[in-house]
Amino acid sequence: MAQIVFTLNGQSVTVDAEPEKPLLWVLREDLGLTGTKYGCGMAICGCCVIHLNNDAIRSCVTPVARAEGKAVTTIEGLSRDLNHPVQRAWLEVQVPQCGYCQPGQMMSAACVLAQKANPTDADIDDAMSGNLCRCGTYPRIRRAIHRAADIAGGKGGRQ
Amino acid sequence: MLQVELIFLGSLLGILAATGGGGEAVFAQSRNEAHARAAFMEAFKVFSHPRCVNCHPAGDAPLQGEDSRPHTSLRLRRGSDGQGVFAIKCGNCHQAQNQPGLHMPPGAPYPLKDGAEDQAHRGEPRWHLPPAATPMVFEKRMPGQLCRQLLDKTKNGGLTPEQLVHHVNTDPLVLWGWNPGEGRNAPPISHAEFVHKVQEWIDKGRACPR
Repeated sequence: MAQIVFTLNGQSVTVDAEPEKPLLWVLREDLGLTGTKYGCGMAICGCCVIHLNNDAIRSCVTPVARAEGKAVTTIEGLSRDLNHPVQRAWLEVQVPQCGYCQPGQMMSAACVLAQKANPTDADIDDAMSGNLCRCGTYPRIRRAIHRAADIAGGKGGRQ
Repeated sequence: MLQVELIFLGSLLGILAATGGGGEAVFAQSRNEAHARAAFMEAFKVFSHPRCVNCHPAGDAPLQGEDSRPHTSLRLRRGSDGQGVFAIKCGNCHQAQNQPGLHMPPGAPYPLKDGAEDQAHRGEPRWHLPPAATPMVFEKRMPGQLCRQLLDKTKNGGLTPEQLVHHVNTDPLVLWGWNPGEGRNAPPISHAEFVHKVQEWIDKGRACPR
């Protein structure tokens, strides 16, 4: 066991965990943040996507030791008041069906928009190809990403 | 191979007899070139193996598996720096070590810095393709093509031959090839033998197969 210190959604946390324990389970079991989901445990489905120093990572295969000294952002920390452009767009377009994959979808989408303000459909095809949705919400995800880009660019107004 | 060398030696001796000597240096150079080419062909068994080819693809995305197929169902792109793009960069899934189990992401750490763990990149994976400007393609390269490419500093990342030997000897990404994780095969010769052959190729004059 080791003490691992990192910033979680803007606050410093210290966890006692085996350094190899996947960050997904530290978040869910040790820290009680269950917004990040387990889908495959193999970095294939994207349900577990969170941000590590503003980069999207797959927490189901990321050892908690990798978070040492870094900033972790989960779906719970994407914004304080549901006012992140991705969250607003997701609500406006009513993307989710069962909702299980959506935290990972939104975290990936937020990462895309942080890197490219107006992604093309081809960019979205590429960038979101690692997030699977059995309900097939892909068309709405695409619309919502474009809508989030508009909101972030000031075309959406405040809620 | 020995038969070829003997025929070559006999021919050369005949030429020397006809020309009245002075060809000892020529003979030595030719023998070195033959050794160099032979050493490179041994090293080529590694360069052309999936453990190397999969991250030195001809296209814009990595390959995987013993059959060097496209990497899962992801629409991966190299990106300008070879690290990938958006939410599916290489380091988003790959870690500083192999993840246990079949079909789990392999991984490698940053190289040591001054003989010790690089603290600036502690725990970070170093898993990437060559950058777009110097893709360092190994996929479907003929031995002579790859040989000349490895010697071309405009195409090999600016490495001198000595640095190339250091790279294959110490780089964790290269070493990973012989510790590839469950379900993946290592190259057909040992890492030590591979480095020895690359060094031999360099030492014998770096001649390339035709």
